[in-house]
Amino acid sequence: MLAFLLAAPWHSLQAQNNGVLTIAAPERLSIKRGATGEVRLKAELRPGFHTNSNTPADEFLIPLKLTWSKEPLETEQITYPKPQLEKLEFSANPVSIFSGTFEILTRFKAPASLNPGPAMLNGKLRYQACNNKECLPPRTVDVRVTLDIQ
Amino acid sequence: MSKSVPAAFAVVALAALLSSTACSNATVKAAVKAEKDRKSAPEFALKDANGQTVHIADYKGKVVLLDFWATWCGPCKVEIPWFMEFEQQFKDKGFAVLGVSMDEDGWSVVKPYLVEMKVNYRIVLGNDQVGELYGGVESLPTTFLIDRQGKIASIHIGLSRGKEDFKNDIVHLLDAPRAGARVPSRGALAFFTSPE
Repeated sequence: MLAFLLAAPWHSLQAQNNGVLTIAAPERLSIKRGATGEVRLKAELRPGFHTNSNTPADEFLIPLKLTWSKEPLETEQITYPKPQLEKLEFSANPVSIFSGTFEILTRFKAPASLNPGPAMLNGKLRYQACNNKECLPPRTVDVRVTLDIQ
Repeated sequence: MSKSVPAAFAVVALAALLSSTACSNATVKAAVKAEKDRKSAPEFALKDANGQTVHIADYKGKVVLLDFWATWCGPCKVEIPWFMEFEQQFKDKGFAVLGVSMDEDGWSVVKPYLVEMKVNYRIVLGNDQVGELYGGVESLPTTFLIDRQGKIASIHIGLSRGKEDFKNDIVHLLDAPRAGARVPSRGALAFFTSPE
């Protein structure tokens, strides 16, 4: 039992992992009806790998994109980290990427009409990862945030 | 059934090779295998940009560079001009490049890319099933060199150090003794006309 309890937080950090990108389970969000709140999504890429940023320079590259369901919260703003511009082995020009550990911040508004109580917010993170030599197919991973609507 | 057993062995062997090298940071330089160690290239039926069905068996008698790639793959973009050069240089010697695009969005993204890159060789639209047939192609680019007998002579996973890696293997395979040939008669430039 003790081992299970100790292991639980580690498991929550492995919620979405395709071997290259790990997304930590977002913290529970307590939010009052009519108010705003923020969710930080923490992602970590395996060393040597990168994803395209949300604004890749090349039209054929697949941008990283976080989307949220329209209910129960309204998405007001999604803030991506500042991308790195790196000259990669395969690129003639610098490429706009994310690597290492990064956070995406989303600000939500809770409609005043919501019923108080627990709820779930669903999102999807789409990304496409490469290293200096190879690229992996684009992936879409599910993201879930537990809500406490007050 | 008798055909499916060797095919299954080929898939397992390819899968083992690919899984041992996929996602590595190192470029794989696959030297041409001895003829006795080569497995038959799995058959497929895929559509090219003009809607024509392409089978790998159509190329028996030719040396084929079979490139799994995608428009979103940066390293693939480096290799494509090399392959265009090979197509031009060796097409009259019994060589052909065949690109298998793994783009989920299909021709709507692939055709504009082919025009932008001025690709001079045939492209077909791939799928996960064909990727699985070829050992579970996961990372791109993954390139197979197929000999005149339709057998896989080498596999390159990831961006190669240079085009000479491929060129050496192609020349080696072209110089090998010919067997009975059954080759497509059309020129490579006829394989892709213009986007719809």
